[in-house]
Amino acid sequence: MSTDTSSMRAVAGDYEVDDLVAVTMTVNGTAVEAKIPARMLLSDFLRHELRLTGTHVGCEHGVCGACTVHLGGRPTRSCLTLAVQADGCEIRTVEGLADFDGTLHPVQQSFRECHALQCGFCTPGFMMSVAGLLEEGIGNDLSDSELREHLAGNLCRCTGYQNIVAATRKAIDLRDGKEG
Amino acid sequence: MKPSAFRYVVPADLQSAVHARAANYDSAVLSGGQSLIPTMNFRLSHPDVVIDLRLLDELDYVRTDPSYVRVGAMTRQRTLEFDDSAYRANPLIRQTLQNVAHPVIRNRGTVGGSLAHADPAAELPCLITTLRGELVAHGLDGPRKIPAADFFQFIFTTALEPDELLVEAAFPVLDPGEGWAFCEFARRHGDFALSAVACTVKIGPGGAIQRARLGACGIASTPVVLAECEALLVGNKPSEELFAEVARQAVSSIEATDEPEAQRRYRRHLLDGLVRRALEQAIQRTGARV
Repeated sequence: MSTDTSSMRAVAGDYEVDDLVAVTMTVNGTAVEAKIPARMLLSDFLRHELRLTGTHVGCEHGVCGACTVHLGGRPTRSCLTLAVQADGCEIRTVEGLADFDGTLHPVQQSFRECHALQCGFCTPGFMMSVAGLLEEGIGNDLSDSELREHLAGNLCRCTGYQNIVAATRKAIDLRDGKEG
Repeated sequence: MKPSAFRYVVPADLQSAVHARAANYDSAVLSGGQSLIPTMNFRLSHPDVVIDLRLLDELDYVRTDPSYVRVGAMTRQRTLEFDDSAYRANPLIRQTLQNVAHPVIRNRGTVGGSLAHADPAAELPCLITTLRGELVAHGLDGPRKIPAADFFQFIFTTALEPDELLVEAAFPVLDPGEGWAFCEFARRHGDFALSAVACTVKIGPGGAIQRARLGACGIASTPVVLAECEALLVGNKPSEELFAEVARQAVSSIEATDEPEAQRRYRRHLLDGLVRRALEQAIQRTGARV
């Protein structure tokens, strides 16, 4: 499996504390160039620099999962990743889930139909995690407890887990072309 | 909740990484960052220099030979988990990895990062210690092999010299028919283990246990090989009574004292159950009956 380090542009370097680091990455299909401090978290880069505020920041230490984005095709905690580590990589955020014409991604469709959100704060992270599971080929043969284990890295403080599990099953059906 | 500022070094290859490490003894090495970055966010660590290994593709590999599954330090945990050749050679690796944090963390976390971090409750150090695996370090003088038993020295402390980087972890392959199990208890799925047990068992021609490997984490300042338990198992036929005796022996190895997460008495109770459960599962996988 390829990793995100296989970049065309990522280059070696040595940056002093106050230096800015030039990075290029593809975010939701758009090429992005920026000069940023090495200590900037990917979550802050997306939200503050690119104004992609769909990625939410909850705990900032990798526990809640609200900041999950896809990095190099794999769901990743953007609060546990420096933006410079994503140099040369493909990023997909919740803003990149739907098609350009507005057609919802199966996971958006299923979260909407199953009412899998209450306050909505955890929702982008859940959807990016579930989208990753769909791409990994997760199937509906999983038991509820197995499915819950797969979702355990995301927390919903409204505790709306029943509908999130149901929406995940529905998303698998939608991916497989079955009418839920 | 943001990292403090640091000098940022991105070496192009292993040699430059070793030189950067040698020149900056107080540097932090960034591989997947799933342990380092949270501690930097909390400012529990605030290194002057961060050496980011992200360009070291040469350390991203899984190679299985007749004796070892050899894993490059920069291999993502999830890549090893999904690797079929590694699974065929040693299925315990996959089962152990499934207990490491959450899939999203394993997507980024590296095998070498977890081993070099040396958290006493972490699963991969427990696995490689139990299996009597080997680690390869690379410093200014070149590569050096370190048996797992010598690698983990204390909480977050390894045998790596200040100029050395961990470059490979070698997990021994299992014999055909050898049984295996990894059992863990954590408060929530994906949390660090309060305690976990790894084991392999091989049954001899007469039905007695020919070889047993048993180790645990979360009970001392490093992962522990339960050598006395292994000695009790070898030469005996598997039975519930034998497993109970082994579990009693295991419990006496606990060094951890009363902590907020778990009292010593509770940990004893946990380890007792985990040892018996792991042995039962491993024996089942040999096809033998208890």
